[in-house]
Amino acid sequence: MSEKVKVTIDGITIDVEAGTTILTAARQIGGDIVPPAMCYYSKLQGSGGKCRTCLVKVSKGSEKDPRPMPKLVASCRTTVMDGMEVQNITSPEVIEARKGVVEMLLINHPLDCPVCDQAGECHLQDLSYEHGSEATRYEFERRTFDRIDIGDKVQLHMTRCILCYRCVYTADQITENRVHGVLGRGDAAEISTYIEKAIENEFSGNVIDVCPVGALTDKTFRFKNRVWFTKPVDAHRDCPTCSGKVTLWYKGEDVIRVTARKDEYGEVEEFICNTCRFDKKKTDDWVIEGPRKIANHSVISANHYEQLMPPPVLRTNPALREANKEQFERTTKL
Amino acid sequence: MLKISETDEIVFAPELITKFNEIVSRYPEGKQKSALLPILHLVQAEYGWVSTAAMDKVAEYLHLKPIEVYEVATFYTMFFLKPLGKYVLEVCRTGPCHIVGAEKIMKHIEQKLGVREGEVTADGLFSWRGVECLAACGMAPVLQIGPEYTYYENLTEAKVDELIDSLRLTTAEKPQIN
Amino acid sequence: MGRKLLLEHINVPGINTFEVYRQKGGYRAVEKALKSLSPEDVVEEVKKSGLRGRGGAGFPTGMKWSFLAKPEGKPRYLVCNGDESEPGTFKDRYLMTHIPHLLIEGMIVSSYALGANTSYIYVRGEMMPQIRILEKAIAEAKNAGFLGKNILGSGFDLELYVQPGGGAYICGEETALIESLEGKRGNPRIKPPFPAISGLYNCPTVVNNVESIAATVPIINDGGEEYAKIGIGRSTGTKLISASGNLNRPGVYEIELGVPVEEFIYSEEYCGGIANGKRLKAVVAGGSSVPILPTNLILKTVNGESRLMTYESLADGGFASGTMLGSGGFIAYDEDQCIVRNTWNFSRFYHHESCGQCSPCREGTGWMEKVLHRLEYGHGKLSDIDLLVDVSKKIEGNTICPLGDAAAWPVASAIRHFRDEFEWHVTNPQEAMTRNYGLAHYADPLPKVEPVTAS
Repeated sequence: MSEKVKVTIDGITIDVEAGTTILTAARQIGGDIVPPAMCYYSKLQGSGGKCRTCLVKVSKGSEKDPRPMPKLVASCRTTVMDGMEVQNITSPEVIEARKGVVEMLLINHPLDCPVCDQAGECHLQDLSYEHGSEATRYEFERRTFDRIDIGDKVQLHMTRCILCYRCVYTADQITENRVHGVLGRGDAAEISTYIEKAIENEFSGNVIDVCPVGALTDKTFRFKNRVWFTKPVDAHRDCPTCSGKVTLWYKGEDVIRVTARKDEYGEVEEFICNTCRFDKKKTDDWVIEGPRKIANHSVISANHYEQLMPPPVLRTNPALREANKEQFERTTKL
Repeated sequence: MLKISETDEIVFAPELITKFNEIVSRYPEGKQKSALLPILHLVQAEYGWVSTAAMDKVAEYLHLKPIEVYEVATFYTMFFLKPLGKYVLEVCRTGPCHIVGAEKIMKHIEQKLGVREGEVTADGLFSWRGVECLAACGMAPVLQIGPEYTYYENLTEAKVDELIDSLRLTTAEKPQIN
Repeated sequence: MGRKLLLEHINVPGINTFEVYRQKGGYRAVEKALKSLSPEDVVEEVKKSGLRGRGGAGFPTGMKWSFLAKPEGKPRYLVCNGDESEPGTFKDRYLMTHIPHLLIEGMIVSSYALGANTSYIYVRGEMMPQIRILEKAIAEAKNAGFLGKNILGSGFDLELYVQPGGGAYICGEETALIESLEGKRGNPRIKPPFPAISGLYNCPTVVNNVESIAATVPIINDGGEEYAKIGIGRSTGTKLISASGNLNRPGVYEIELGVPVEEFIYSEEYCGGIANGKRLKAVVAGGSSVPILPTNLILKTVNGESRLMTYESLADGGFASGTMLGSGGFIAYDEDQCIVRNTWNFSRFYHHESCGQCSPCREGTGWMEKVLHRLEYGHGKLSDIDLLVDVSKKIEGNTICPLGDAAAWPVASAIRHFRDEFEWHVTNPQEAMTRNYGLAHYADPLPKVEPVTAS
């Protein structure tokens, strides 16, 4: 058995394997103390450190060297030390810095959520809802790019990109021949193929799943429906290329989208192939496993009243239960 | 004038390949990607700019994916990704040069050449652009001209005139001014 | 006259050649180190010298060397940082141009100390002439048996190469430099791991500034203790100062650390005062990144003491009233200079040079530039000034590498010390387009600090 180290995050102590990052340790604890992550992706080596949304304060370095770290650190890339104490939501400094990062991420974002296919499952949307301020102080023209097709199934809308590099790591690590990358520098940097080139690869569609915003979207799903009106169902098929384990997104009887299965942090469980994603859109193609569990905070779960209603507090607090008796009976009947 | 247009196929001359090989030999086995920047400099010196075709050839030579070369070439500001004039006057516009008249020099060059920043004169000889600090602040204002990046220091409008005129006179050899 | 350790022979004709350099006592340090000292002894001498990194951060060089991991079977690398791009700094260019063998000699001594058998000098691509000079000097040194296999029969092998950059200020950051040397985009790495553990090609690596490497030569020749006798306190030895701006005699000066700032600006030995009979308004003492100070604060500390050219004295008062020695890029501004315009200019620089990897720097540097541009061109609002301070705070400390801090400090310090000039740009926009704010009260003697007594 490998060595365990003790780390305390926002007052909650946990033992984790040596070498674990603060973010992973926080995810093992779960709940509100998990820092948000826009660029880190546990399945992609080398990812993280860039977006700065997961910054936390290390108020005690370790048992051996208790000095606090001089600056906020990226929790996704900082390894825990035995006895380390970390402040996330208990540190006003962290909250302020995070608010600043969200503002920075938004100043050049088009805020075209009403017409964005990612709306409802967009991490930037969630992040700004939870950590941003309601008004922007940015009064200049926003950076824009033309939409381009990279292949016939994937659209790149660079204007929305937050340069998390996830799609680049994905292409590097799960495909043979990466043809897109980050070009230019500073705020002129962009995801591009440089010369117009289609991304032809059995696994290229995964860039859609790893994209935290609506910069890379599924053309076969474009404007088909808002994600919160679709019902996610887990299914699998015997696929020669990938595991074949997917989530089907239903609108009525029709499968209108296929994605990999994503956990509560938006990370895929397993990457899937393009055949599963783009070509198998009939229920007959699949063995249905059952409804996909969606985290309560997601608007997608709005369709899953059985999970949300009544709110847990109504179930447990007798006074509230009494006060909301009528609603409680109505919702539990459904 | 430029040796290649945007669509030309590229074949590196054997002498150039010899130089490439020498550069690659400076790094450990398998780390030939380190040679990318020096090789791109050689390519630009040879052809006047770095075309996509040239980058693809460099990628092939170094066993890289073309995108790896594009990523690098677009990151560094010294590489011209479109054809510019034979002489590109790069004027430092930062801090110390700025306070002793870099803007005046740039305006003067613009008038003298009759082209805006990043454009090429009709005869194909000149382009100019503002660049960030060239680390010659004590001799400000300064400009540089590639591919050997000769520095011209303590510029005045008269010195710029002299420089441009002498470059016009002889396109073969790069003249020096005091 | 202060002692000159690096530039002693700078005016000797032909000192850029091996022959003349050797005649003037060059390569004695290599002979001494390789023949009579162990690598550990060399590290020890550098530690004793108190030499601090001359690139800007001022970290003790000997200590940096002692952090280098030495795993079995893995090569170690020394990389010299000649990516000099900090506005106001041009000392490395001067040194490489005129006395290249000093750097080569320092590289041999340092590589020996660190156990590096292949070392690289990374020089910014714009310095192609200096790259040629160094390549020629390396060939000469190799010819004379100071490079290559079994140098001076010591059994120590060293190959030395010059690597050109491609035009990116960020490559002066050591991990970005390493990325660039590996042929990649100059995106700084996320630390840890530090280069001393995993640097170039994932091997233990030390990255040192040109001047730091050169300084090892007099340290080995005269001994670390001798070197440490020069200077004041923890600011030991000599430092190359790049003086620019509105000075009578801009240029590179080697000073003994501890020279008063006033003497440096006004004495005939150094800059000879402000050009054209003007008065001094402000100084950026250590390259564009460090806080700008008005005349009254750069000449004297708030306690009325004379400010000295040392790491400590320049930093006296913290960021409230002090600055940093940084890379020694000393820029003087006369009374005709506009601080708002200068701040906008610096801000444009950092915007242009941000690598774009992390969001606060990528987005924030451009935002600051746009707001400053608006202020400078008469369209600013009073709230813009506080906005700038806030944006600079949102960047500072929250980025992967120090470029974020470097972009934030000039803006925050300019507003801290020249706020009335910024406000004047808002309240008198038309006037601000036609004339400059002038010297105002920025050179007035500071009021005496009143001792606070408990009532």
